[in-house]
Amino acid sequence: MKFLHHFREAIGASLDAIRANKMRAGLSTLGIVIGIVTVTLMGAAINGLNQAFIRSISSMGADVLYVSRYDWFPANQAEWGQWRHRSKINSAEAEAFSQRAVSVQAVAPVGEDDATVKYQGRSGNGVDVIGTTDGYRAINGAIVAQGRFLTVFDAAGTQPVCVIGSAVATNLFRTGDPIGQDIKIDDQFYQVIGVLEPEGAMLGWSLDNRVIIPIRQFLQQYGDDEDIDLDVKTGNLANLPEARETVRAIMRQVRHLRPGQPDDFTINQQDQFIGWFHRQTRTIALIGLFITSLALFVGGIGIMNIMFVSVIERTREIGVCKAIGARSGTVLLQFLIEAICICLFGGVIGLSLAWLATLAVSKWLFPASISAVVAGASLLVAVATGVASGLLPAWRAARMEPVEALRSE
Amino acid sequence: MSLIRLENITRCYQMGEETIHALRGVSLEIERGEYVAIMGPSGSGKSTLMNLIGCLDTPSSGGYELNGARVSEMDDNELAAIRNREIGFVFQTFNLLARLNALRNVELPLVYAGVPSGERRRLAREALAQVGLADRLRHRPNQLSGGQRQRVAIARALVNRPAILLADEPTGNLDSKTGEEIMALFVELWRNGNTIIIVTHEEDVARRARRVIRLRDGGIAGDDRHKPASGERAVITPVAQT
Ligand SMILES: Nc1ncnc2c1ncn2[C@@H]1O[C@H](COP(=O)(O)OP(=O)(O)OP(=O)(O)O)[C@@H](O)[C@H]1O
Ligand SMILES: [Mg+2]
Repeated sequence: MKFLHHFREAIGASLDAIRANKMRAGLSTLGIVIGIVTVTLMGAAINGLNQAFIRSISSMGADVLYVSRYDWFPANQAEWGQWRHRSKINSAEAEAFSQRAVSVQAVAPVGEDDATVKYQGRSGNGVDVIGTTDGYRAINGAIVAQGRFLTVFDAAGTQPVCVIGSAVATNLFRTGDPIGQDIKIDDQFYQVIGVLEPEGAMLGWSLDNRVIIPIRQFLQQYGDDEDIDLDVKTGNLANLPEARETVRAIMRQVRHLRPGQPDDFTINQQDQFIGWFHRQTRTIALIGLFITSLALFVGGIGIMNIMFVSVIERTREIGVCKAIGARSGTVLLQFLIEAICICLFGGVIGLSLAWLATLAVSKWLFPASISAVVAGASLLVAVATGVASGLLPAWRAARMEPVEALRSE
Repeated sequence: MSLIRLENITRCYQMGEETIHALRGVSLEIERGEYVAIMGPSGSGKSTLMNLIGCLDTPSSGGYELNGARVSEMDDNELAAIRNREIGFVFQTFNLLARLNALRNVELPLVYAGVPSGERRRLAREALAQVGLADRLRHRPNQLSGGQRQRVAIARALVNRPAILLADEPTGNLDSKTGEEIMALFVELWRNGNTIIIVTHEEDVARRARRVIRLRDGGIAGDDRHKPASGERAVITPVAQT
């Protein structure tokens, strides 16, 4: 009760003192502003990246294994070099694998290449052309917005048909209806049978700028020696390691590996992405943390300096307050709160600037938002800086002898 | 029981090799309701003595009892509480807080006493009215004359209803007419029952007091009580104690 009273009074007195010297308080809190802007922006960026990542990775099933010649995230250059010597997974092997993998929910061979697509006058290049089968949709969670996806018959047949991503659709057809139209993928015509829902981007890579064609057409057009990946939906999230072993065993048979011979393929899965992603965000966090602590440190020193000046300037005032009954603790509290208020003031300004910046970032770059946790944490950091930088000057003020203080000019 | 009882108080300052004896064994008793003037040449230790009585400073040796409490054995916080409740200090240089208006300056001791704000405001207004500044509540010190500033300072000293009012050369920074007014105010306050101790250089200021203590070289050189001038209140006879 008593303490609360003194606390409230100390806040009032501190605000008075700050108001009497607004300019100085404002300038000295600049470092804190910068620190808080960095810490919140960093938090917002990581937050935004996380959200974007979770959203984009959710299209990749957690129970899906991606059998490939390469590991997605090579540990080093040498490993990458080794994999280049592995033989490609060809269509025969893909076929054999599909036939043997009876225990899994779905298998889709996937070949990929870059293509230029054209329709009448319009064209788009750098389009991801994917050759696959009907299984692809279930495995990769593609949703058809219009028309239909590839069927078993499309996959087995010889009709040149394609399903296009939403970006390709708007690119080539604007508002027109793409279904039934023939588009040109590199040098061959394909009839559009379906359009996919927009999926957004994964790590900056648009998932909507793609066309999906039957694997047979793909191999015909882009050559038999294309590298094929096998996307396998195990349908067994609870026991993924076991499913992984099964897939591995089948693949070893298909590739005619003798016991003791190392795998000449890699089974990738979603959590590799998650691990990779966390490594990236950790780097961002570390850099941000470094800048933040540097700014806060410099800012804190600035505040400490200004508080020392303030204490010396107000020595007489301190003497007067003590002469009329202020306790050392009251004086300490007042100066400490003054430092905290200056920092908090910087924190609020920093937070507002960061908020504006996140608005800009989410408008033009990627979705970013300041969560309540980040905002709260950054204000807490501001308060902590205030305490750290105010403690010494406040201590000095509190320790003054009343007579000595009153005697000062 | 005396309000103030000093027993062989000394106060020395160490200046490098040299020790300065500002007070050399002062013993003194002051009763409730007294009006005491302390006089003496410059450097004789008047301010030092006042600061000790006002608990702003602590003696190098000797005992100090205020209102029955042994001040010389108190810690920092207890001293702060004593300064807050028992003592009203008026300085030569007013010592008001420049950024606060008159009312808030006067409220300050009540803030430290933990008085809630409504009550505080009322008491501060009252004290300012008592010194004739009811119409200057919102003025800041730099918007007031010297005499008015000293009145604010006196109101601040009074607001906690202290046991003693201490004033160290309260008219030293004022012209003689304003000084007169301030001294008249002290007399009035004394008539209302306050105990007052004033340090002064001026004989006619001292003449208003019932008792004049003269210091020389850090010791008491004289302690005279005289009869009240005509028309002034009779001294409340102190209960003599030895
Ligand atoms: N902080 C200090 N350090 C050293 N010496 C001091 C200190 N304060 C006072 N003195 C010395 O103590 C002696 C008494 O000082 P004090 O201020 O009490 O005198 P005073 O009677 O109030 O004089 P004045 O009439 O000029 O105000 C002086 O010699 C002074 O130099
Ligand atoms: Mg003096």
